[in-house]
Amino acid sequence: MTYALEISALEKTYKGGFQALKGINLTVNQGDFFALLGPNGAGKSTSIGVITSLVNKTSGQVKVFGHDIDTDLEKAKSYIGLVPQEFNFSQFEPLMHILVNQAGYYGVTKTVAKVRAEKYLKQLELWDKRNAPARTLSGGMKRRLMIARALMHEPKMLILDEPTAGVDIEVRRTMWGFLRELNEQGITIILTTHYLEEAENLCRNIAIIDGGEIVENTSMKKLLAQLDIETFVFDIKEGATLTSLEQVAKNSTDIAYRVVNEHTLEVDLNKSQNINQVFEQLTAASIYVESMRNKSNRLEALFVTLIDKKTNAAKAQAKQTTVTEETL
Amino acid sequence: MNNSIALKSIITKEVQRFMRIWIQTLVPPAITISLYFVIFGSLIGSRIGDMNGFDYMSFIVPGLIMMSIITNSYANVAGSFFSAKWQRNVEEMLVAPVPNWVIVAGYVGGGMARGILVGLIVTLVSLFFVDIQLHNIWIVLATVILTSATFSLAGLINAIFAGTFDDISIIPTFVLTPLTYLGGVFYSISLLPEFWQDVSQVNPIVYMVNAFRYGFLGISDISLVTAFAVMSFFIVTLFTIAMVLIAKGTGLRS
Repeated sequence: MTYALEISALEKTYKGGFQALKGINLTVNQGDFFALLGPNGAGKSTSIGVITSLVNKTSGQVKVFGHDIDTDLEKAKSYIGLVPQEFNFSQFEPLMHILVNQAGYYGVTKTVAKVRAEKYLKQLELWDKRNAPARTLSGGMKRRLMIARALMHEPKMLILDEPTAGVDIEVRRTMWGFLRELNEQGITIILTTHYLEEAENLCRNIAIIDGGEIVENTSMKKLLAQLDIETFVFDIKEGATLTSLEQVAKNSTDIAYRVVNEHTLEVDLNKSQNINQVFEQLTAASIYVESMRNKSNRLEALFVTLIDKKTNAAKAQAKQTTVTEETL
Repeated sequence: MNNSIALKSIITKEVQRFMRIWIQTLVPPAITISLYFVIFGSLIGSRIGDMNGFDYMSFIVPGLIMMSIITNSYANVAGSFFSAKWQRNVEEMLVAPVPNWVIVAGYVGGGMARGILVGLIVTLVSLFFVDIQLHNIWIVLATVILTSATFSLAGLINAIFAGTFDDISIIPTFVLTPLTYLGGVFYSISLLPEFWQDVSQVNPIVYMVNAFRYGFLGISDISLVTAFAVMSFFIVTLFTIAMVLIAKGTGLRS
């Protein structure tokens, strides 16, 4: 099967000599919901820039639905809808003009474009603003406008570079629902985000990029399965005392408890343990749980671990190099 | 892909832009030209007498119309394209399957539309001051089209290289304005000493103004064939440069 996106040995070195991409390889299946994660400056936006032809690559190959951007750029571009990180529409143009003109760049007639613009503006709750200049929109509305704009030519692949940055949680969840619907319709979605919860909720496959290299590329399930320890937060019912909680923590030999206060207890569990053991120990001490939740996003924990591993490896190698040089 | 729809979309966007800000784009040329007519035409011109067999007011009208076309074609593309770079909405076109020639032609089309519209406005205003005669409409139209295209292309190249808003005002101030004023708008270059007549030959605006004046009055300091050859040369050269720059991504792609 042809991949929606196929990147081979992609390198990018900017004029100043900074190597943003160090030969990355990546494939995204058709219909996938794919996350590309990485810290700031990792190479996410450069990768997207190369795919969408906004950045000239130094070497390597990029194919979009089998079309090489070196030999068949216009065809490759026609499959892609881009929602960039920065607002990049004319601030002075009304929304309808932005959308209809954008569709025109892809050869969509004005009549068809107007129908699509109405559809997407209504779906993204921007219809009332259709004749307003873009600068009058709120941050969340501007993000939604960029999604509508990217869909005007009905692309087979949608690339979103931090689409929910700076939007409130309600708007973010609305956008998640909308993106899920698009994916269910068969549109391949590639997402970069700083909200790891977003990637975990939406994406089936994931690549983590750091320092211009792919450090992990797997399914979300497999990645999360790598987690050894998960931290749970227990909200304790009224009646328990700080002393009784500390006593449980002290007596337990197999489970790591941390007492935050008389209402909150944190518990680290590894894969060999089960949560029933915690309930049993608490119940035996007449401590009852009101509610329970994960302390932090699981993906976030793993992300930090992977990036740390890479940083430590790089440091170790640097140290080794230094020692060798001094020895010589 | 249907390139004609993409071309039409870029031109439409450009026309929408200058019509949206008509007070900045369409009104000032009408006021400026009225002042030229009052000062150079009525007050000073009446003391100058005839120029190449025509009263001074009639002599300068074609040049003033041409000056408006040149300035506005250039300013439209330089301002709009740089603004699109600055706001990054030029990326809307760069990520789309729009061939480079369509981007160039679209912006040039927008610049020509404003240049020609302003030229029409200025022509209408000049009717309040002088009876305009028309010697050859086809020469007028051909000159308008070639001149507005030439300066739209020049404005585009300026905008491609520009990194700040200052960069798109330096060329009009220090290059375009002097060339226009020394391009025979207000005088016949035959009045100049021979050396300065030769120097004037390297000013492309001399050819445009004279061809345009021929279309109205039937007089020119330059042969029409040479004038059209020079205009065609500039269009081909500037178009080629613009295409190469866009293909390389100068100022557009990192």
